[in-house]
Amino acid sequence: MAKGHLNLGVTISWLTQNFLDCVQPSRVASGTVKMDPDLKIELGRQGIFTTTLEELYNWGRKSSVWPLTFGLACCAIEMIATTMARYDLARFGAEVFRPSPRQADLMIVAGTVTKKMAPQVVRLYNQMPEPKYVIAMGACAISGGPFKQGYNVLKGIDRYIPVDVHIPGCPPRPEALMDAFITLQKKIEAQSLTGAERPRHLNADAPSEFVVPQYGAHDLEPAKNVKLWNIIYKTAANGPNTTGEDGPEKD
Amino acid sequence: MGRTRRVKMDLKKIKSDIEAAIPGCRVQLVVNGSPSGQHSLLLDREHALEVAKFLRDDPGLHLDYCSNVTGVDWLDTETSEKVKVKQLVEGVEQEVEEVRKTRTPGYLECVYHLYSMEKKHGPLVLRLRTRNRTDQITLPSFTPIWRSAEFQEREIFDLYGIVFEGHPDLRRILMWDEFEDHPMRKDYVEPNDYEYEPTPHDAVLEKSRQARAIEGQG
Repeated sequence: MAKGHLNLGVTISWLTQNFLDCVQPSRVASGTVKMDPDLKIELGRQGIFTTTLEELYNWGRKSSVWPLTFGLACCAIEMIATTMARYDLARFGAEVFRPSPRQADLMIVAGTVTKKMAPQVVRLYNQMPEPKYVIAMGACAISGGPFKQGYNVLKGIDRYIPVDVHIPGCPPRPEALMDAFITLQKKIEAQSLTGAERPRHLNADAPSEFVVPQYGAHDLEPAKNVKLWNIIYKTAANGPNTTGEDGPEKD
Repeated sequence: MGRTRRVKMDLKKIKSDIEAAIPGCRVQLVVNGSPSGQHSLLLDREHALEVAKFLRDDPGLHLDYCSNVTGVDWLDTETSEKVKVKQLVEGVEQEVEEVRKTRTPGYLECVYHLYSMEKKHGPLVLRLRTRNRTDQITLPSFTPIWRSAEFQEREIFDLYGIVFEGHPDLRRILMWDEFEDHPMRKDYVEPNDYEYEPTPHDAVLEKSRQARAIEGQG
């Protein structure tokens, strides 16, 4: 408080200088309207609440993310625990688990995705309306986990659908799921509604449905969504130490 | 009162009982040399169903509970032994060492564990073997005798490929219907989806190299 009082005089003089900028906000190159955050805080102190449509919209979205009632394995038990009274995911606005994908915003892939289950997971995701988000919860959902070398487990759900937050752990504790949820909220909050970086549901060209794999004679067909794969792993696959051949001494 | 001690099965007696009850059937005692000493009976395919019925209905045995059915894949084995053979070398008879290879064809095996709830004895371990691993892979189903075998025989059909004759609903149970392989067979080749491995090592490193080579071509 003391610090705030000391700075007040300085800020107010600065405020008057920049007030015109506030009334006619400067446009940033991407086309989004940005307001100086300090100015906003200061105006709040003076009893003036300022916001933008983008902020209001994203605040509404991030504060009521409704997950799909959907669990695959032991991680689902931790997910259930997270929603119960002790951890209480409802504090973050996610208390309503919808039993229908048509009403859900968030898919928490909680558990091992077997290859037999993968088409159904992708189909459920496709049935969710935009904007929709995915949290891959636990070692199995992000990579196959301890079953990675088995013949029957998908090596990460991000082979077929875009994942927003990955949580490691076997299973992750409820705190980890809450952390992932807050990470997702931050991501939603930061999304701009216009420009090239706008979210998928505001971009008519961006895909909303993803290819559902078919049961093949030896494996799922296709074994991965190549378009999605290229976006996610192109940088990772070309990065250092992916084959184990390039040691740190080479770099 | 107190706990009833489980009686160990007298396999030799059971074997002779079976052979007396079912004429023409061949029962073989398979000895387990490990400390557990859990010996088993190998039945012939032709009389297996009759033998199973006898084991269930015989008042002395009354094995009314089939607790476990499992499959085993035995690959073709090749054993080589050195034999000394007399041969004519440059007109002189000499003893020459020769390596003889004997090839034993593999088979698929199905193992049943039977108990009696009433008599409180068991397990009696039964084995059934297919003729080979490729085309003659049928065994009689024991589901008509013990209902508990139904899903486990389906699982063996799915993962090992043993075809159970007389099974009421022989479909794959774990893998999808379109799947053609049998993953628990020892010569099963899994699909290579190791393109992205952040920290590969050992077997995964090799698979990852192969996958990335294929990826590079495509």
